[in-house]
Amino acid sequence: MKKLSKLNRLHVCFNHQFLQGSWNFERMQNGGWCFAILPALKQLFPDNVEYNEAIKRHLEFYNTHPYVSAPILGIVLSMEEARANGEKITDADLHDIKVGLMGPLAGVGDPVFWFTLRPILAAVCASLALSGNILGPILFFALWNIIRFAFLWVTQEMGYKKGISLISDLSDDLLKNVALGASMVGMFVIGILVQQWVRIHISGIQLELNTILPGFVGLIIFFICTKLLKKGMSPVLLIIVLFLICMLLEMAGILVI
Amino acid sequence: MSLISIVCVMLISFVAGIEGILDEFEFHQPLISCTLIGMVTGHLKEGIVLGGSLQLIALGWANLGASVAPDVCLASIISAILMVHGLSSDIKTSYVIAFSIAIAIPLSLIGLSLTKMCRNLAVRLVHNMDITYHVAKYHVIGICMQGLRVLLPAFILVMIPSTWVCAILNVIPIELFKGLVIGSRVVCVVGFAIVANVLASKQSWPFFIIGFALACIPGIPMIMLCFIGFALMWIVMLQKNAIGSKKENKEDPLGDIIDDYE
Repeated sequence: MKKLSKLNRLHVCFNHQFLQGSWNFERMQNGGWCFAILPALKQLFPDNVEYNEAIKRHLEFYNTHPYVSAPILGIVLSMEEARANGEKITDADLHDIKVGLMGPLAGVGDPVFWFTLRPILAAVCASLALSGNILGPILFFALWNIIRFAFLWVTQEMGYKKGISLISDLSDDLLKNVALGASMVGMFVIGILVQQWVRIHISGIQLELNTILPGFVGLIIFFICTKLLKKGMSPVLLIIVLFLICMLLEMAGILVI
Repeated sequence: MSLISIVCVMLISFVAGIEGILDEFEFHQPLISCTLIGMVTGHLKEGIVLGGSLQLIALGWANLGASVAPDVCLASIISAILMVHGLSSDIKTSYVIAFSIAIAIPLSLIGLSLTKMCRNLAVRLVHNMDITYHVAKYHVIGICMQGLRVLLPAFILVMIPSTWVCAILNVIPIELFKGLVIGSRVVCVVGFAIVANVLASKQSWPFFIIGFALACIPGIPMIMLCFIGFALMWIVMLQKNAIGSKKENKEDPLGDIIDDYE
């Protein structure tokens, strides 16, 4: 009876952090995925021919959000372990699990990590940093990595221990609810940021504006930007244009620092 | 810059380049990489402030569909190196920082074409994996390639004499610097708009409005505001699920009466 040791699973989890290292336009994260699962394959298939076969089946197309990939990896670990112990699990079974989960999970990972958690943490720590406080960068680095690694390890273990039955827990409803909840908190934070960090001072009338309609100039620019981005304008071009407008208005004496 | 500083900056650029593709440890985020470059060149305080300003601008940058966001990684490395060059002039620090940000963002477009190149080259690496089964070896090569993607432009920039950058800074009129400072405070709105375009839905717009309104009350720390947002989200989700289960549960006399009443 072969069993992956905890140390081995930790090794897999460690390697998994380099998932996107050989990201390529043909099969995307396939190299990184295979690199992640390599320590487990080495332990499960000591025979060289079997080992090479295992490598081959893990080099197929793969692409998802790099963190939510962890539960998929856990499930696949449990399947490979069962396979090494003689259970009948085909290459197609493994393929179906990976392909079936990577899409829906990526749909949760992007809004949760890139558009809610990181903006919140970055905004809090950046405002510390703006006053020259070194705690800003330190907190950002420490908190992000603690949360990230804990998530990678816990969800991978969850996948490994529950195996295929985890899929029924990850119902469409649950994933949709998590993504929706994240989008609500994310939008809340964007509202805060537009109010607090788009700092504009129109000479002469800003004090009056601040008492009646605080943050409204920023809000208007924000809405114009969302429209322009939706129309396909490049963000870099938009930033350059905004810089130019600010410089012109400064020279015209309309905006002051 | 001294030799040790240059070596350290190269090392930081390399690690940041790797992180630019991995997106795990977040070394490539301005808050971290600008601080580190500031530290090794003896401008820690300025590095932190630059990192904070650029981080606010870049916190929503992520690639989505057609619109490609600027490259965070190269933008932070370029702006930090430019700032270090610029600080040897006698221009005010806040002007140098605004100037570095304004130059670095358009220049970071170079990073996009470089990362595309790397991702094309990586196709060959995985083909080699198919044939030789040396997965780890080629994966590490792929990772290093992404590191070099940022290291090389950074090296070119470091080698530019500081006097050139200072010469440019010295001919720029004060008025223009002021405009750049104002601009660097405004352009963060683009990042916010990118995030909003992803998250916006008819369920999440009310949260934007509440956040926008609550944020003008002075004295509430950002974290506490986020707690309020989280609690509101929680309430809404509870309500939503309660309604969902009520529809399934047909043996609900009061509910039936209310439903009939409509």
